[in-house]
Amino acid sequence: MSTRNDSPVGSSGNLRSISRRLGGAWPWFVGLFVTAVLAATSDDVASRRGWVWWRDYPEGWVRSPADVISRATKWLVNEATFGLFSFTQFTRAISFVIERPYGWARAILVDGFMDGVGRRADQIVPPLSWIAVIVLVAALGRHASNRRLAVLIAALFAYLAVFGQWASAMVTLSSMVIAVPIGVAIGLGLGIASYRSARVERLSTPVLDLMQTIPTFAYLVPILFFFGFGPVAALFATIIYAMPPMARITTLSLRGVPSDIKDFGEMIGCSTRQMTWRVLVPTAKAGLMVGVNQVIMLSLNMVIIASMIGAGGLGFDVLESLRRLDIGRGLEAGLAIVALAIALDRLSQAYAVRDTGAVRASRRASLVVGAVVVATFALGYVIEAVRNYPASLGVTSGSFWDDLISWINVNYYDTLEAIKLFVLDGFMLPVKRLFLATPWWWWVVGLGAVGWALGRVRLAITVMSLTAFIALVGLWEFAMFTVYLCSVSVIVAMLIGVPLGVWAAHNERASRVIGVVIDTLQTLPSFVYLIPVVMLFRVGDFTAFIAIVLYALAPAVRYTWHGIREIDAQVVEAATVSGCTPRQLLTRVKLPLALPEILLGLNQTIMLALSMLVITALVGTRDLGQEVYVALVKASTGRGIVAGLCIAFIAIVADRLIAAAARSARERYRPEQV
Amino acid sequence: MDDRKRVALEGVDRRLIGSTPKLVCEGAWKLFGPGAEEFLNARGGTATLDEIGTAGLVSAVRNVDLAVQAGESFVVMGLSGCGKSTLLRCLSRITELTAGRITLDGRDLGSLSRDELVDLRRHKMGMVFQHFALLPHLTVLENVAFPLRIQGRTAAEREARARELIEVVGLGGREQHFPRQLSGGQQQRVGIARSLAVNPEVWFLDEPFSALDPLIRSEMQEEFLRLRNMFSTTIVFITHDLDEAVRLATRIAIMRDGEIIQTDTPEQLILRPANSYVEEFTRRIPRAKVLTVGSVMRASTNVETRPSSDSVVRVDAKICDVAAAVLAATGPVRVANSTGSVVGSLDRETVISVLADTRSR
Ligand SMILES: Nc1ncnc2c1ncn2[C@@H]1O[C@H](COP(=O)(O)OP(=O)(O)O)[C@@H](O)[C@H]1O
Ligand SMILES: [Mg+2]
Repeated sequence: MSTRNDSPVGSSGNLRSISRRLGGAWPWFVGLFVTAVLAATSDDVASRRGWVWWRDYPEGWVRSPADVISRATKWLVNEATFGLFSFTQFTRAISFVIERPYGWARAILVDGFMDGVGRRADQIVPPLSWIAVIVLVAALGRHASNRRLAVLIAALFAYLAVFGQWASAMVTLSSMVIAVPIGVAIGLGLGIASYRSARVERLSTPVLDLMQTIPTFAYLVPILFFFGFGPVAALFATIIYAMPPMARITTLSLRGVPSDIKDFGEMIGCSTRQMTWRVLVPTAKAGLMVGVNQVIMLSLNMVIIASMIGAGGLGFDVLESLRRLDIGRGLEAGLAIVALAIALDRLSQAYAVRDTGAVRASRRASLVVGAVVVATFALGYVIEAVRNYPASLGVTSGSFWDDLISWINVNYYDTLEAIKLFVLDGFMLPVKRLFLATPWWWWVVGLGAVGWALGRVRLAITVMSLTAFIALVGLWEFAMFTVYLCSVSVIVAMLIGVPLGVWAAHNERASRVIGVVIDTLQTLPSFVYLIPVVMLFRVGDFTAFIAIVLYALAPAVRYTWHGIREIDAQVVEAATVSGCTPRQLLTRVKLPLALPEILLGLNQTIMLALSMLVITALVGTRDLGQEVYVALVKASTGRGIVAGLCIAFIAIVADRLIAAAARSARERYRPEQV
Repeated sequence: MDDRKRVALEGVDRRLIGSTPKLVCEGAWKLFGPGAEEFLNARGGTATLDEIGTAGLVSAVRNVDLAVQAGESFVVMGLSGCGKSTLLRCLSRITELTAGRITLDGRDLGSLSRDELVDLRRHKMGMVFQHFALLPHLTVLENVAFPLRIQGRTAAEREARARELIEVVGLGGREQHFPRQLSGGQQQRVGIARSLAVNPEVWFLDEPFSALDPLIRSEMQEEFLRLRNMFSTTIVFITHDLDEAVRLATRIAIMRDGEIIQTDTPEQLILRPANSYVEEFTRRIPRAKVLTVGSVMRASTNVETRPSSDSVVRVDAKICDVAAAVLAATGPVRVANSTGSVVGSLDRETVISVLADTRSR
């Protein structure tokens, strides 16, 4: 092989680059070494010298704004006025706007229209028959895409009926049909405003950032305070949670409209409104539909959490069974949420890519749907089975799941326990001890130094002040629990996810299977992961760990896969021609080139892990999530918000550091893209 | 400057152009970047490329003067990135100038209010884009009718007009297609029909055929010439393709690094290039297709010709069209003007030298 002749040159080049890399890395090694020494000696220093502050942030130094926040919210509710109207009137107005349409949606899907109030009300018009709903969603599927989608969606809804989840599912669906349009409308409006005005964008970006990073639990407390327990509070929380991506995607897609088309709009003399609604929004439709899909999926994600503050439906069923450890029922309701999620996901995705030209609303289909609605409505008075799916034809898998779980527990208890202990003792607890033993001030200084290395003064100051805030409000130990659980889960998720991503990028068949699995994992609401894991491993850190790894795995795989696939084929060819072995190709060429994407995947993995952490508080972890959860139970506004802010700050620190690392990796390996 | 402008209009065929300037651009500057205006003012309204670069600004248009006559096909030609599109956008005030003045029919565009500008664009301007800029969610018919819809015309009115134009550009029968179902050439036909829907007085075309294959491009150029005769609007046409410019232009403005170096008829560009850049540029043009008899003949009224050679050529004919006749003649042929009187003679050697393109290389 003639290329072998080049190898001396190549290897000396490599040697040089390795030494350069090591040369650049020495501060990192020093940093790790100092960390290890400090962690190993901090106990000694604290006890022998009596310097407790050396290791733990002293309680005397704590200044928590929790009380102030609690008092401020009370003041808001009781006294605040904006001149013309009081804050309470303001929240009531919001309630009114949400409550009315929600009432109608529920009437149509669940309760029927009532005459009178309370128990003595008579139903004057029954809700839509289950048959009518199934025909309706199937028609939507047909309208969005093709007969196959129609059949799939009909089957998923039929599943809800057959497995006895219909009533709850319809309650959930009615909150979806209210939350999603409102979320989409607000997001669209905000996105358009940010697109048009740089000032609005400057104001809204940090708010949206915070809305996405603050764990939902944190704002459940004030919402509960302002709106009271009930569907309005739940819908409000859902909208806050699900709206931000819509706003971002709207701005991005409007920016992405080709400049030619914008010039064209100007050129024919569009008014601002015509420009927005006739030119920009229709042209950006595909992108906007991705946003709508996001709103739907996030709203479904909130279903269970929202049921803590008064949303009924499937979420409530899951939460209830989780509390009573009734696995069968919980899993069944969880699967019903999954069925709903898949149906709505496919439907909205089909609308996103729909061929505008193919079919316009077919009149015949609407006639058929209308006929079915009327017919089932009339028949419902005569035949009970048309009105409600007959319970006698129902199937339940609840006992099956219960049996399965107890069978596993009876037969494999020891094995499961051994696995759990092995991972806990061998991996998780050492990390935990390391994190807790490292002095708090070294975290602040060390993270500041990392920030300085990656992004100079500004990043260093951001990172240090956010970290110091956590210490200042006295939640340092909780935060360390959070960081530890998050770290171990993210490490394992990356260790599993990156190789899977690499495999998927190289193997067509693997990619198909992995794609389906990842898609499914991402459609599942986070709670659903928790149920079987709790059953097998009971409550505790290990259970949380498994659930987080499962939940956060998807981005690790997806971004690696994407990053490797996007590498310029010519670069790979050039490397192959110059004699790289497949292994060298992977480690020397592909992985470094894909590094920026992999880092973005890491970032996403961390974000998902943090959001899942709050949920795992339900299974008894001792982290910030637990603190938020306790605040929720006790309706202590300040405490909940402060703990929520701490989680958000951890997320922001991780996000900024990794984004800076990704940027410098991109500068190093792909300067042309900077 | 004035001198250049005067020269610029020399030799233009007066039948093609009205004598009134339709669209005039004076001392136009466009620099991108923050503080561009202050920067330019501080320098007394002028700056070199280096100064602009050092200030961190991007130069797009520098001190451009041009006067487009009513009814002419004014082509702006330059390599990509030299600022042609930006200039065009300034002419319609989609982009605001950093300095300078644009007037249309004597009205200063800069002084118009937003509403007046919208009104002007709606009724007087049409534009064709390099990448077509069709709205993907509308049919061909709806796309062409779109500008009329924005004006608020009735549905019947706009449909009738749109159908008419679709017929004119040869897309009859495809009214209900969507843009992505059409080829590039067809899409641009839709773009052209759409831009003509409002019957514009000024028709802007920004590299309309650059994205098309050579064969289709040439076909579309034919189409353009045909439409030009049908609609007789004032045209500003942008291209980076010299052949295209020569083929379609009454006058060409050569642009480089944001400046207009020379504005002239294709013939004058070849005969009197303003500098070596233009000369270099125009060298590729087949001279016989551009030069007229008048520009190379020997002028005199009493031409000595052998009796056998009684052939006469017109003074405004292109060399390529008379070459065969001249070469077949035994001696110099007479050149006559439009009234039939003899104005000069043309010999074989001259024609051969034009055909052989004997300029210093
Ligand atoms: N919106 C803009 N912001 C900054 N620079 C721009 C902008 N539009 C164009 N430019 C720059 O102005 C110069 C001229 O661009 P353009 O007019 O598009 O050239 P052309 O159409 O001749 O290819 C280029 O250097 C381009 O990068
Ligand atoms: Mg251009």
